[in-house]
Amino acid sequence: MTSTKLKYMPKPSSPGYNTMKKKLSRIWLALTSLILLTPRAVCAASGEVKQIVIVADTRNLSGIMAWWTNLYNESHGWFTLLTVVIVPLTGILLGMLADLVMKRIGIDLKSRELGEL
Amino acid sequence: MDWLYVLMPISGVEIFWPGLIILGLGVGIIGGFFGMGGAWMVTPALNLLGFPMAFAIGTDIAHMAGKSLISTVRHGKFGNVDYVLGLIMLVGTVGGFEVGARIIMLLEGMGYVDVVVRWLYVVLLTIIAWTVFADIAKRRAKEKAAAAEGKTLDASTSGLEWYKTLHKIKLWPMVHFKVAGITCSAWVPIIVSFATGALAGILGIGGGLIRMPALVYLVGCPTHVAVGTDLFEVAISGLYGAFSYTMKGRTELVAAMIMLIGAAVGAQVGTVATKYIRGIGIRVAFGVAVISCALSVLLKLVQPLVPSMKGFLDWTASALVLTMVTLMSSYIFLRMLQGARRELAAKKVKQP
Repeated sequence: MTSTKLKYMPKPSSPGYNTMKKKLSRIWLALTSLILLTPRAVCAASGEVKQIVIVADTRNLSGIMAWWTNLYNESHGWFTLLTVVIVPLTGILLGMLADLVMKRIGIDLKSRELGEL
Repeated sequence: MDWLYVLMPISGVEIFWPGLIILGLGVGIIGGFFGMGGAWMVTPALNLLGFPMAFAIGTDIAHMAGKSLISTVRHGKFGNVDYVLGLIMLVGTVGGFEVGARIIMLLEGMGYVDVVVRWLYVVLLTIIAWTVFADIAKRRAKEKAAAAEGKTLDASTSGLEWYKTLHKIKLWPMVHFKVAGITCSAWVPIIVSFATGALAGILGIGGGLIRMPALVYLVGCPTHVAVGTDLFEVAISGLYGAFSYTMKGRTELVAAMIMLIGAAVGAQVGTVATKYIRGIGIRVAFGVAVISCALSVLLKLVQPLVPSMKGFLDWTASALVLTMVTLMSSYIFLRMLQGARRELAAKKVKQP
C-alpha cells in the first residue's frame, strides 16, 4: 500500500475557508458511508436478476458433483460462501503455479523497464 | 466424443469444456493486458457455448474475480497498481453504479431501455476509440513541431492533456498518488469514477472498458498504472458480483473453475506482455478492440431495421467478437514471446 500525503487548499486564511472545509468533510463522510453501506452497487454485474427459485436436478450426478448440487438446493448461503472462497483461492493457487512456470523460464517478474513511449 | 462435454450440475446443460479453457485463456490474456474484466466478450461466448443468459453472466463474473486477482497480483509486483487511487475510485464507482441502475429502471418504465443502452454503447465506444487515436495523432503532431524547432519532446508529454485541466482544481483534500505519480484533488478520481460507474450501470457492464481510458485521459495515470489499478477495482467488484449472483443461484462454479485454468495462464501472459510493450502500444491495441466491440453492438442495433437478416447479423456480431478475441490474444501472446526471448538472450549475454 502506498502512502497518501494530504495537502490542504492553498489559502487557509481566506474567508469561508473553514465553512467550505466543513462542508467538504461532511460530503467526504457521506461518501465513505455510502461505500460501506451500499456494497451492492459495487457489483460488476449487468441488469437485475429476477428472484426465481431454480432447483438443480441431482438424479444423474454422483460423488462431489452430487454433494455440490445438493448444497445448492439446500442452502444458497453456504453455496455462495463456498463459491466466493473457492474462486479467489483457486485464482491465487493457479496464479502461483503459473508464476513458478514463468520463473523457471527465467523471466523477471518484478520489474518493468518500458514506459509510455 | 462424450468426454469432451461436461454436465453443469446447477444449470443442467452439457458444455464443451475445451471451449471454456480456450475462452478463459483468450479473455485472461486480453483482460490482463488491457485491465478489464471482459464481460462484453465472455457473456455472449458462454451463451454461444450453451449457457442460459443468467448463468452466463453469473459464471462470467465469478471467473472474472479470480482472473482479475491473478492479474492484479502480477501487476502489483511490476509496480502497476495504485491501491490508494483504486480504493478512492471505488467510492465514486459505488455511487455511480447505483445512479446508473436507477436510470435503467426509469428507462425501463418508459420502454426505451434497449434502444438507449445500445446507442449509448455505440456513442461511448466511438468516443473512446476517437480519444485513443486523436491522442496519438496529436502527440505525433507535437513531436513534429518540436523536431522542426530542433527540440526533443519529453517522454511524459501526451497528445490530449485533459487531465492537466482537471489537476488545476485545488479542492480539498489534495492527494498525492505515489504509484501513479500524480497529485490532484480527491474529487477528480471520485467524480470520474462516479461518471464511469453510472455509465457502467446503464450499460450493464463491469466498467473496465470505460474506466481504463478515463484513468489515462482524465485522471492522468500512466497507461501501465491505469491497467493495473483498473484490474484491482475489477477484482473487488467482481468478487462482490460473484457473491450477488451466486446468492441468486446463477453461478456455475464448475464452469468458472474450468475457465480459471485457462485464465490463470492467460492473465499471466497478458500481464507479462505489458512489460514488453510501451504504453502507447497498449492504447492503440485497446482502440482497435474498442472499435470491434462497437461494430458488434452496431450489428445488433440494425437488426430491427432488417428483421429478415436477424440470424445472420446475430451470428456476425458474435463471430466478430470471437475473431477479435482470437486475433488480439494471439498478437499479445506473440509480443510476450518475443519480449521474453529478447530478455532471456540479454541475460545470457550478461552472464560470464
